[in-house]
Amino acid sequence: MRRRVLPGFPLSLGITLFYVTLIVALPIGALIFKAASLGPEDYWRIISSGRAVASYRITVLSALGATLANLIFGLALAWVLVRYDFPGKRLVDAIVDLPFALPTSVAGIALTAMFAQNSWLGSALANIGITVVYTPLGIMIAMFFTSLPFVVRTVQPVLEDLDPALEEAAQSLGGSDWSIFRRVILPLLTPALLAGLSLSFARSLGEFGAVIFIAGNRPNSTEITSLLAFIRLEEYNYQGAAAIASVMLFAAFVMLAVTNYLQARALRYTVRS
Amino acid sequence: MKIVLENVVKEFNTFRAVRGVSLEIGSGELVALLGPSGSGKTTILRMVAGLEFADQGAIYFGDEDATNIPVRERGVGFVFQHYALFPHMTVGENIAFGMKVSKKARSKQEITDRVNDLLRLVKLEGLNDRFPSQISGGQKQRVALARALAVDPKVLLLDEPFGALDANVRHDLRRWLREIHDELGITTLFVTHDQEEALDLADRVVILDQGAIVQEGTPEQVCREPNSAFVMKFLGDTNRIAATAVNGVVDLPGARLTAPGVVDGPVDILARPGDLSWSATGEGIPVSVIRVIDRPEGRRFLVRTENGETLELDVPVSTRAASGDRGFVQVLQGNAYPRS
Repeated sequence: MRRRVLPGFPLSLGITLFYVTLIVALPIGALIFKAASLGPEDYWRIISSGRAVASYRITVLSALGATLANLIFGLALAWVLVRYDFPGKRLVDAIVDLPFALPTSVAGIALTAMFAQNSWLGSALANIGITVVYTPLGIMIAMFFTSLPFVVRTVQPVLEDLDPALEEAAQSLGGSDWSIFRRVILPLLTPALLAGLSLSFARSLGEFGAVIFIAGNRPNSTEITSLLAFIRLEEYNYQGAAAIASVMLFAAFVMLAVTNYLQARALRYTVRS
Repeated sequence: MKIVLENVVKEFNTFRAVRGVSLEIGSGELVALLGPSGSGKTTILRMVAGLEFADQGAIYFGDEDATNIPVRERGVGFVFQHYALFPHMTVGENIAFGMKVSKKARSKQEITDRVNDLLRLVKLEGLNDRFPSQISGGQKQRVALARALAVDPKVLLLDEPFGALDANVRHDLRRWLREIHDELGITTLFVTHDQEEALDLADRVVILDQGAIVQEGTPEQVCREPNSAFVMKFLGDTNRIAATAVNGVVDLPGARLTAPGVVDGPVDILARPGDLSWSATGEGIPVSVIRVIDRPEGRRFLVRTENGETLELDVPVSTRAASGDRGFVQVLQGNAYPRS
């Protein structure tokens, strides 16, 4: 056998696998087991009930909206933080991580207070006909808030490492700023962007704490899927909760697979022959 | 296209990278900017390209004042030391980039044909669909050159083009670049810190130090008549021998050198290893052999004088000596420069 630089491969692999099993695989297995104990008809009835489907729709659409906002603002923020020097840059850089550090319920309460009808911002928005609290827009904003750091933090290092000579070369070949961004910079950022977007989408799908304060949680209109699962749990309907949760689990798997595929495609060029 | 630099100055913060450089590059000429790192050579090249702008002075392309024309309108082809190929594009896409983004509309067929022509020119037929990560360094640099040539530049600028390559590849590419230049006749300016590369390749060599031109001329001129100790040292291996000039003549043990125009006083004699000769007995500077170095092109002795100076001299391969052997060195030829 080839000698390894570090000893203890069997031991470290064993420990790692043990913990991954214990912390990740076992609970997921239990969840699937619980949901499977329902029988296909009951299972289908629960996951395709009107209230559940409405919750999928609102969750996925809000998460998509939040992720789209992340794509635009996250990319812009990363760009500004890497490319420009301005007073307070370090502060802005630190603030980006705040949604990670902040308990999500705190974020939810803060957002609700800020956008409430009786707050100055909320009433100002109400005057132009925009209501944030207790609407899908509020859900979207809460999801956006908690998932903003993902895109910034995945794109930033890649942008920092981008060889300035690439842009200079493109300029010397006559490329306009826009065509350089579109043809050179953006494709090179795409893998990182995809990673950031998928993390941000996943986080948005599962966001609970921040959302439930601002959402209003009216069944069929502003009730997110994870809340519905929670409600089923509080009703001691463990199987129902597991069934709904299994849908989210499935969605997460599909999304991971799609993102991995897209990333591999975007990174095609790094494969050596 | 003729390029003229007039008293060009460039500062970075407070550092004077280029201090008043004037230079003329004739149409179709191949000129090397040669100098140690920090000599300002790359900054000059980047100003000619329009990637940097001069703080003072002017740069002319032909009769046109190009000083403030941005790089994308200047019509130069620029080749970077580390290739700067777009990693997510194939070789063909890289070469086609300039044609695709240009204002001049070209048909797909036109672009494909041109790409194939260029691939043939740089002898990379068939690599069209490879990605840069799949080809060697030498191939990458040839792709970079093809990409630069694709937009029909008026001037070709190369920044240490062979600096990142193996010695063998470097040698081949050098000859190949010269061939391409002769074939296309495009005005070419390249930067290097490798004197051999500059002398091999260029019609004219411009030697820079600390942001100013020290000497410019054909390889023959700078090699045979170096105008300063700096140029002499920079162009190749040199020996320094301390001596004294009296009435334009320097007397050394076993040799007398003329030093026309050199002020009386302490001088440094600079001599190439080939300009020293060895004898086991007889006249000359007494030395002892430190090491014998054998190379494909000959044998070299590393010797130490009684003052502790180390000298290198080339000897015929039939000459034998071992470490510690004593002998004498005669200076056959050398240039005297006032002691600095």
